[in-house]
Amino acid sequence: MTKREKDIIIQIKESLKEKIISWEERTANRHYFTIKKGDIVAVARYLFEKGKARFITASGIDTPRGIEILYHFSFDHHGGKVVTVKTLVPKDKCEIESITPYITGAVFIEREIQDLLGVRFLNHPDPRPLLAAESWPKDWYPLRCDFRDTQFTDNTKQEK
Amino acid sequence: MGLAKFSLKKSLWVYHLSAGSCNNCDIEILDLLTPRFDVERFGIVLVGSARHADVILATGIVNKKCLPRVKRVYEQMPEPKLVVAVGGCACSGGIFRTGYNMAGPFDKVIPVSAYIPGCPPKPEAIIDGVVKLIQSLNGKLPSNSK
Amino acid sequence: MSRNRKTIIPIGPYHPLQEEPEYFELEVEGEKVLDIDIHIGYNHRAIEKIGERMTWDQVIFLVERICGICSTSHPIANCNAQEDLAGVEIPERAKYIRSIVGELERIHSHLLWAGLAGHFIGYNTLWMWIWKYREPVLELFELVTGNRNHYAMLKPGGVRRDIKEEDIPYFLKVLDEVERKVDMITKAALDDPVLAARLKGVGILTKEDAIKYCAVGPTARGSGVAIDVRKDDPYAAYDLVEWNVITQKEGDVFAKTVVRLLECLESVKIIRQCLEKLKKVKGDIAVKIKEMPPGEGKGHHEAPRGETFHYVRSDGSNTPVRLKVRAPTYVNLPTCKATVPGESVADAALILASIDPCYCCTERMMRVVDKKSGKVLMDGSDLIRLSQEKTRKLLGSYFEREDRYKC
Repeated sequence: MTKREKDIIIQIKESLKEKIISWEERTANRHYFTIKKGDIVAVARYLFEKGKARFITASGIDTPRGIEILYHFSFDHHGGKVVTVKTLVPKDKCEIESITPYITGAVFIEREIQDLLGVRFLNHPDPRPLLAAESWPKDWYPLRCDFRDTQFTDNTKQEK
Repeated sequence: MGLAKFSLKKSLWVYHLSAGSCNNCDIEILDLLTPRFDVERFGIVLVGSARHADVILATGIVNKKCLPRVKRVYEQMPEPKLVVAVGGCACSGGIFRTGYNMAGPFDKVIPVSAYIPGCPPKPEAIIDGVVKLIQSLNGKLPSNSK
Repeated sequence: MSRNRKTIIPIGPYHPLQEEPEYFELEVEGEKVLDIDIHIGYNHRAIEKIGERMTWDQVIFLVERICGICSTSHPIANCNAQEDLAGVEIPERAKYIRSIVGELERIHSHLLWAGLAGHFIGYNTLWMWIWKYREPVLELFELVTGNRNHYAMLKPGGVRRDIKEEDIPYFLKVLDEVERKVDMITKAALDDPVLAARLKGVGILTKEDAIKYCAVGPTARGSGVAIDVRKDDPYAAYDLVEWNVITQKEGDVFAKTVVRLLECLESVKIIRQCLEKLKKVKGDIAVKIKEMPPGEGKGHHEAPRGETFHYVRSDGSNTPVRLKVRAPTYVNLPTCKATVPGESVADAALILASIDPCYCCTERMMRVVDKKSGKVLMDGSDLIRLSQEKTRKLLGSYFEREDRYKC
């Protein structure tokens, strides 16, 4: 690892010191760090604007503790490091600030997570459903753990 | 339309309908037009609108967003009409049959006259399937026709 | 002030789910496009949810069927993610074989796109010709993997099938032929004045916009953003062979065309080197992964359209807890909002095609509908015809030019 490559991770750790709850370095090119959901806009803007990272995508996972949303960023010109920012959204207040006003590349994925997991992205410029068909019932979130496809009995049976 | 009109002497006008597919079957269908397979020598012509078509080559699983559109396209076809399900997904749902967005496969939505399995079926298999369908109908009324 | 606004909803010729709204909705005034709206979801097949019920091995077969054109890209990215999770490195021979299959797919995908672009412009002969020369590439696939598409070549830990020594001479012969033809097409395309008039300066995506929209692949490289996963975060054999990242500065449709055609030639270079190395490197083609530890893995691959990213999470059991797939067209599609408004209707189809949308993520449908009455004024074939007519007009004016006949 060259000195310049090491710097970007050190820079992130230093600048976002107060916001980082925990950091995991699985390999030299794969990093994960956890923050509070309220800090997501500041952290995303730092990585995109100052760090010149490219936003890859976001993934949502339903867990017993709440809905985890992971934002994946790639530092293409710093050895191809992929850094993931993890946040937790509680199910009883299922909303988080949208990063789309600052990172246009997030426009589709936030709408998708809204459709499939039911997380509301506040201040998203275009919060229409993306993938949901008109025939989908309200509050039908397929990627949630407790999802059972009982609405459409003419579908082939579920295996779980 | 008289029975006599529907025979091998007429060239088949085929319309390609894709409803939630991975596009592999669609590309193999388009491949039929290329010089290697050149399906036009059999008199099979790919048309751009269902209103002019005799046969629908249907691919994909029919997901919920596509469902109303598939039904509408079928209604627009003039009689007698035939539907050929191309590919594993159109025949049975394939690897996606347990998905939550599945509203098909095709024979749950519209009557299907022939099935061409494969993932994707080779262009030779598609030609074979369509030709077999024509031969099986020669002189007989298609069963789904009113 | 009353403006005569109509809404155009594009219909593609090869995705004729006609008579229906919304894939791309264009708002036009006369000949000019004012705004574009993108609707997707017609191919949503619940792959991520189905993946949660499959074993790690079976997931590879599932993700292969996300897209038929970039059918090996998703397995490569998924294997990279699973190998990242398990912390294994694949044998060297497997690396070369993976690169060979990945690059063959890039050639076939770019030729497919070039043929369809030819059809949109109105050069139907070009379409037939290029697809004819795509067939030998599919034959190579059949030789090496057993199928023209959906190769089932990969598994976590390596590859499933080896490339036999006796197949390599035929392989190289076909590659030589493909290289000659692609070279010929590239030179013809770069020289053709009508193509230049049709494609240059059309649908420009600036470098700033490409970065803002986080675009990837030839869409970004055509605008001067030099990103390529194979160079930035190497995997398989991409850091073991010599090759270059192709970029252009202009960001228009012509630049993207040139990037794709030149990438085909780079792919041939990579495959040749890998085949040479395969003659010397012997050994296993896979390592056995006994079990997946709990944890997370991220893998990506430079598919023909851009970066494909997969994320997996495991709890130590036989099936993934979560499988996340992001195809490249997902981030390239929104760039239409920056490239299409301001251009003419006749060019809209071409600009939308230039990002090479993988239809399985995004279908195309086009139609001109009167916003007030809902009556269909023009359908998809009319819009393609508009594009082809513009080329004919340019061709006509080219043949009428006096200076062409001067000796």
